[in-house]
Amino acid sequence: MRGEQRRQIVGAGILVLLLWLVVYPLLLVLVEGLHGPRGWTLEFVRLFLHRPTEWRALWGSLWISLVSVVLAAVVGIPLALLFGRYDLPGGRVLSGLVALPAVLPPLVGVLAFLFLYGESGFVSLLVQRLLGLEEPPWRLQGAGAILLVHAYSMYVYFYLFTRAALGSLDASLLEAASSLGAGRWRRLRQVVLPHLYPALGGAALLTFMTSLASFSAPYIFGGGFRVMTTQIVATRLNGENELAMVETISLTLVALLALWLLRGGRAPEASGGRKGSGPTRVPVRRPGMRLLLAVVAWGLAAFLLLPHLTLLLVSFVPLGTWTTEPLPPAYTLRNYLALVTDPVRSRPLLNSLWLASAATAAAVGIALLASLLGVGRRVRGARLVEGLLALPWAVPGTVFAIAIATAFSVRAPWAGRFILVGTIWILPLAYLVRNLPITSRAILAGVRALDPSLDEAAATLGAGRWRTLRRVTLPLLRPAVLAGASLAFVTAFGDFVTSVMLYTYDTRPISMEILSSLRQSDVGVAAAYGVVLMLVSAAVFAVGAERGGGG
Amino acid sequence: MTGFLRLEALVKRFDGVLAVDRLSLSLARGEMVALLGPSGSGKTTTLRLLAGFETPDAGRVLVDGEDVTRVEPVARRFGMVFQHYALFPHLDVGENVAFGLESLGLRGHELTQRAARALDLVDLAGYERRHIGQLSGGQQQRVALARALAPEPRVLLLDEPLSNLDPTLRERTRHEIRELIHRVGITTVLVTHEQDEAFELGDRVAVLRDGRLEQLGTPDELYTAPANAFVGGFIGRSSRLEVTVVGPAPRGVRIAIGGAEWEIDAGPGRPAIPPGPAMMLVRPEALRLTPPGAGAVPATITGRRFVGPSALFRAVTDQGAGLEVAAPPHAVVPGARVGIMPSRREGGGIHLFPVEER
Repeated sequence: MRGEQRRQIVGAGILVLLLWLVVYPLLLVLVEGLHGPRGWTLEFVRLFLHRPTEWRALWGSLWISLVSVVLAAVVGIPLALLFGRYDLPGGRVLSGLVALPAVLPPLVGVLAFLFLYGESGFVSLLVQRLLGLEEPPWRLQGAGAILLVHAYSMYVYFYLFTRAALGSLDASLLEAASSLGAGRWRRLRQVVLPHLYPALGGAALLTFMTSLASFSAPYIFGGGFRVMTTQIVATRLNGENELAMVETISLTLVALLALWLLRGGRAPEASGGRKGSGPTRVPVRRPGMRLLLAVVAWGLAAFLLLPHLTLLLVSFVPLGTWTTEPLPPAYTLRNYLALVTDPVRSRPLLNSLWLASAATAAAVGIALLASLLGVGRRVRGARLVEGLLALPWAVPGTVFAIAIATAFSVRAPWAGRFILVGTIWILPLAYLVRNLPITSRAILAGVRALDPSLDEAAATLGAGRWRTLRRVTLPLLRPAVLAGASLAFVTAFGDFVTSVMLYTYDTRPISMEILSSLRQSDVGVAAAYGVVLMLVSAAVFAVGAERGGGG
Repeated sequence: MTGFLRLEALVKRFDGVLAVDRLSLSLARGEMVALLGPSGSGKTTTLRLLAGFETPDAGRVLVDGEDVTRVEPVARRFGMVFQHYALFPHLDVGENVAFGLESLGLRGHELTQRAARALDLVDLAGYERRHIGQLSGGQQQRVALARALAPEPRVLLLDEPLSNLDPTLRERTRHEIRELIHRVGITTVLVTHEQDEAFELGDRVAVLRDGRLEQLGTPDELYTAPANAFVGGFIGRSSRLEVTVVGPAPRGVRIAIGGAEWEIDAGPGRPAIPPGPAMMLVRPEALRLTPPGAGAVPATITGRRFVGPSALFRAVTDQGAGLEVAAPPHAVVPGARVGIMPSRREGGGIHLFPVEER
């Protein structure tokens, strides 16, 4: 049939496109790392292996990631058990607030922590004053600072995954266990925890991969402490390009190895079609306990909200007015006005908007086409396409930035290489590649959930392929597309890790402008950008979740 | 044979496995045929071949003399009601029903009028603006029917139309569907694994097994004159056991069964079974319980199931074969020693088949 043939051709086209965008740049990194001016060589690998600084950076990446997993688990799991099990006063609002760090783009989170706990931070000054110290009580630097930021932003994975898994626990299992004489601890150990394991594995994997790829926190707070992501950027700045390639390869290998080791973990299903309801929450009756829990919970919420509030506060502070006072002496709207009125200041906003929109639109297009072609049909390479769409998730953003910078800095059209570095196209392209996994995961899930008999029903009612797509398939996929698109947009809008290596002055995104404002000590403007980033992210998330999750 | 809808020797393989095996069927205009069979018998595949979702490896489908075997579903003008209805969840009732009418190019007043007429047909007049999620299962089923019928298709296909309704609703809906389809007068093929459904809805019933047509006939024919042991066993209640044909008798044959000899009418128009082993298929009402004695098969009652006017007694012969016998509810108690005889009623209820048949 001709339709079938066309499907195969489009499918092959997508496969080639993905190979070119996802695999090819990575292979070029490999080639550059193993290729010197006089042909193939292991010189740079040897250089890498002989430098203690390289080993230290790699080890730093590893242990930071492992400790981040532990910290995130220690914070996230008890919170989930607490909110999932007990009916606390204001629990509904609280359990929403607890997920708040998720809407803070990494760089903005780092910024907020700087304003809060940095040398001249709000909390640091407060403590210094209270204790009458000469010096700030601590320095927000090195591994400790990185871990603090990681724990703050990544416990959310454990929290959300555990909550979801708890929600999907069939209450009748617990009832069955009690009727068989299992006490509270035995139920927890033998019923609840085994049910949570897959979700915990998924959260651990996500946290590990995210910290391994983390760039903003080590870049801002690292100081002399290097992890591999920051090491790569430093080496590249030193002009040791080939060594940077070897470093990139090493980081990729670690990431893929971790993925392989932890592959058993998976995200909990949102809601199974299973019968039985989740365990009901236990109301806390004893007034004393109730008060204590409430104080702890709200104190925690305040702690979690503090970075957001600080950012907001700092964004209203005029340049150079807030030095040693515990609260700012003056407030102004000028920082925000500058974002709108000053073309130099408004440019990054507009840049980020269009860059993220373009990348998201392209990612949605590719993901839609691939999902619609592949699902339920015997298209050759459908699984390969799926794998390629998911691959960028496993590879740290720094690696992709390097890979894309490598692939598209040479003009060799016959080899599929063009000079895009330095043009306005490089950032959307990089964002696109990074967005493919999240977009396609959401859309693929949506397509899989479609009832195939709807297509058939449309056909028996005389609707052709296009009318079915327009009237049935796409409207039904809208929630999935919105969910995927909003996630992708938020990631691209706040992107720092790829931008820092690929931006040009004309396409500088918000994150770069935040960094340069910070360097000029223009903290008010930096905070104002941060607030805008946070609000837009939250708004887009909310739209995606409402339109996406509601249906 | 000329029918309005004809299936000619359809063959469909999936990965080399025969799903439909040289299936031929002919329906008169306005006739309703039920495809009945256990799961995996090929009935759903046959329906999908009719709808055009699958293309047969061999054979043809003809409608009113036109070969539609390779006509895409879009152009085939067959209406279909899906097992889970497949109503478009994002469209309301009116838009669902109008969907097929729009394909015909209808717009505006005519469109709404035709949609309203289709809804009226299924007793859902005025439900146009309801959302699909607001409807009960029975109402959804009727919307699906209205949607399929609205474009006035040539043939209506129903895939297990009642399987999603709760049992109390099923019987009523069955009557409604039958009445509606006869009023519309559309040629209909229905797939079901429920005998009651097939018997009430089908003018004729096609019994399928392993992709082959085992028998096509009215419900009465299938019950009283099953073409083979499979149909006999699949339709209605029966017990089967191996017997030995001794030879012809004045009105039928003489068989040896569990130490007794019976003279039975082996079914009208059935080829005579040669002396030797045979498979006997017997309806519960074709047997009766007697005190143990001459001519009766000695057996022990092992169970009883009450079904109203009579009870079905489970008996095990001394040779270890199980038999189901219909008798007055309090005829015997479990554990009793009894004899089993063919009931005095002449003819029918006992069928002999060659043993090689499964």
